[in-house]
Amino acid sequence: MEFFREPNIDFLSKKWYFLAFSLVFSFAGVLSMLFWHGIPLGVDFRGGTLVYVKFSHTPDDNAIRAAMDRVNLKNAKIQRYGTNNEVLIDLDVRETSEQALDQGKTLIINALETNAPAGKQDLNNASSLTIQNYLLDKDPLRAGTDANQRYAAAAQAVVNYRDKVRGGVLTSFDDLKSGVDPGVAASLSDGFFLSDFGVRNVEIVGPQVGSQLQTQAKLAVLYSLAGMLVYLAFRFEWIYGVAAVVTVFHDTLITVGAFSLANKEMSLTVIAAILTLIGYSNNDTIVIFDRIRENLKLMRRESLAQIVNKSINQTLSRTILTAGLTFLTVLALYLFGGEVLHGFSFALVIGILIGTYSSIAIAAPILVAYQEWRTKRGKRPQVLVSGKDAVRRDKVKVKAKA
Amino acid sequence: MNKNLGWKLLLIVATLLVFLYGIFGIPKGLSGSALADSLQNRIHLGLDLKGGTHLILQVQVNDAVKVEADNALQRMKEALRTQKINYADITQPDPAARPDQIVIKGVAPESSGDLRTIVNDRLPEYDLASGAENTWTISMKPQALTQLKTRAVEQAIETIRNRIDQLGVSEPTIQEHGLGQYQILVQLPGVDDPARVKQIMQSTAMLEIRQSIGGPYPSEQAALQEHGGVLPPDTVLLPGTSRAGGEEGGQSWYLISRSAAVTGRDLRSAGASTDENGQPAVGFNLTGEGGRKFFAFTSAHVKDSLAVVLDGKVQSVATIDEPIHDSGIIRGRFTEQEVKDQSMILRSGALPAGIKYLEERTVGPSLGAESIRAGVEAAIIGMVAVLVFMLVYYHGAGINADVALILNLVILLGFLGFSGATLTLPGIAGVILTVGMGVDSNVLIFERIREELRNGKTPPSAVEQGFGHAWITIVDTHVTTIVSAFILFIFGTGPVKGFAVTLTFGLLANLFTAVFVSRVIFDYILSRKQRGEALSIG
Repeated sequence: MEFFREPNIDFLSKKWYFLAFSLVFSFAGVLSMLFWHGIPLGVDFRGGTLVYVKFSHTPDDNAIRAAMDRVNLKNAKIQRYGTNNEVLIDLDVRETSEQALDQGKTLIINALETNAPAGKQDLNNASSLTIQNYLLDKDPLRAGTDANQRYAAAAQAVVNYRDKVRGGVLTSFDDLKSGVDPGVAASLSDGFFLSDFGVRNVEIVGPQVGSQLQTQAKLAVLYSLAGMLVYLAFRFEWIYGVAAVVTVFHDTLITVGAFSLANKEMSLTVIAAILTLIGYSNNDTIVIFDRIRENLKLMRRESLAQIVNKSINQTLSRTILTAGLTFLTVLALYLFGGEVLHGFSFALVIGILIGTYSSIAIAAPILVAYQEWRTKRGKRPQVLVSGKDAVRRDKVKVKAKA
Repeated sequence: MNKNLGWKLLLIVATLLVFLYGIFGIPKGLSGSALADSLQNRIHLGLDLKGGTHLILQVQVNDAVKVEADNALQRMKEALRTQKINYADITQPDPAARPDQIVIKGVAPESSGDLRTIVNDRLPEYDLASGAENTWTISMKPQALTQLKTRAVEQAIETIRNRIDQLGVSEPTIQEHGLGQYQILVQLPGVDDPARVKQIMQSTAMLEIRQSIGGPYPSEQAALQEHGGVLPPDTVLLPGTSRAGGEEGGQSWYLISRSAAVTGRDLRSAGASTDENGQPAVGFNLTGEGGRKFFAFTSAHVKDSLAVVLDGKVQSVATIDEPIHDSGIIRGRFTEQEVKDQSMILRSGALPAGIKYLEERTVGPSLGAESIRAGVEAAIIGMVAVLVFMLVYYHGAGINADVALILNLVILLGFLGFSGATLTLPGIAGVILTVGMGVDSNVLIFERIREELRNGKTPPSAVEQGFGHAWITIVDTHVTTIVSAFILFIFGTGPVKGFAVTLTFGLLANLFTAVFVSRVIFDYILSRKQRGEALSIG
């Protein structure tokens, strides 16, 4: 099978369309960052409290909001999450002390536990230690000297059954009897009740850590770009490095812009995705540059524009195939990888499309444009061969003279 | 050629076996569950996959500096007194921002030489600087200050480790975090209720037994009024806990001596005990040295009161009936759990400074289990899609690429098993990406081989040329991506670091599989073909 057999598309003649396309998307993103959604920051970067709650039934957003209002958490954001009756409660408080954030968590849990019978604890939100202490106290198994160990194991079994078998929320004590020792289950039903939710995940990030992570993320992206520039300048010529970095910057800008336009939050894992995208987009660019370098040596007569066009066409089949296959895996991640990786795979889905496009539409034309600019200024046109090869060529010339 | 090929094949099989061992170790059996068991033993899962608590806390190093400077201030006062140097005032002007600074005002100019000598002899870690109007500033040398702060963080890590070990958390991570921010990272797998752990870690557990001079008073003002508005020299007012007597929930204040008879450092052990009414109490034993100090103190103060001060709060006050040697109890309205925790904290030693929680993440095990399922599912779907596509598109050579890809995965997972690196959810994503990006090397090579074949080269020379040309490109692309991953590893934390690790390992493995293994398979196929027979590459 073969999709492309010796394609011959004049990419460079379409550079103005490419430029227009890129400008439109970059500007849309930048405008959204400036005037619309800004750059939506996740809890990692802005600080705050996030509580992920799983309900045993389809949650009623209004009831949750009412519960939050009762404990004075008026600006809590309530958001559906995933597909399994899950809700994410975001306290969305900025610039508060760490203690305030911690209290927010307790407030949320208390607010949701509305119908707690007096004197009973909530089994769906009890830690294994709480259960263990309760069992030690009640001693339903008449355990002897090894009570500590036996009840620790029993408590762990209850927690495992609740979290791993029943997905985090128990709905009845009869359920529990089928999963753990019936004696233990019966004893638990005396001292515990079952609320209709379980807290699955809590994230509390203080403002100090948030701003520290922001700085780190920016530095990571900058260092990554600088690393590329240095490596490419070393391997090729500096203009190749510049072209590649401009291209990757373009990709990063559009990807972040897409997050702003879609109002999706940037998290630490999204930054990881962006750095991966930087690597990926560069891959693509380098493959084409490598070919240009090779062709420069083979085709002395053709103009740079012709050589670049030919190089893009020669590698087109590979570019499309690799992009397609990587896109396939990333798409699998986006569709099946679960809610936690959603932002990450969204960044890659966008990034791979843009990264592939840009190595053809941005990086290569920059080389040609630079060359033309130099020619206009009356400089020697041949600057696009790597240092080593340039030396070799000089030697050839010397020989010819002699 | 053929003999050479044999060795190469052997190397590949050996690599496969070594990394399979990395993944599974020596499994107990070949059944599915036995394999899954040994897999779980070898591959360490991150907190985000197995559930647990992740905390970042900051040591308030200025506390430690403050304690040190207080000490220096006392020594300085004493020295000035014994050397009979007159001064107007000695203070710490800005304890919040510069806790290491002490200012002495109004020293007569003729005493300045003596002052210099005192600081040089008694406070070698401090610098003395003169200011206007006979004012002198003593501040800690920068090097000593840094050392003190670093030591405070190290000590805090040690103390927290002691406490967590006693809680019985398995495989905790406690290490310095961040760059020079005095932060500590604590990861507690399996702990889904961080409240108690935080309480236990946070307690500074500064135990002191001091002389109680007066109290309780209902408020600070009342205490001041009692003494005509000025506290007696070398005393401080300290709040009592609600347990220390007085009304439940009401405030109580005590007038306490500034210096301590014994401190937590003199403690040999602490444990659960009961008071004379059978109420739970914390019992403690002092070391030999501490016992001597305590005996001397109690002998000198029979019929006076002593106060047990914990973290700057008066826990209990008792009258000294007779000299005490080396043991005592801390009374208070403790529950049994509190007694257990409190004595454990005392045993583990005091924190040199307070700590503050900057970040807390708790992942419930149910979410972790779901993440694994989703991540693995996505990985398998993506992988199968790629494998099938390669077969359809490249026919015979597709098998070649598929073998390389699978081997790539085996090596990657084996690496994880051998190195003990943790697999996080973004790490699983890294595995998936490796599959997608790993196939790139094969595509590059195959497309090049096709091109050479089209240009009329014979299969062996097309393979030779294809690998030769693609090799340079592959090195360039891998290096740049590894640069990204490396930077991610340096800047990232936790899960993101896990991603950088799998991505880097995956790319390194890819260099071996896509270039070396794939080449050997081609050579093997070519060696069995007749000259001029076509190569199956789609």
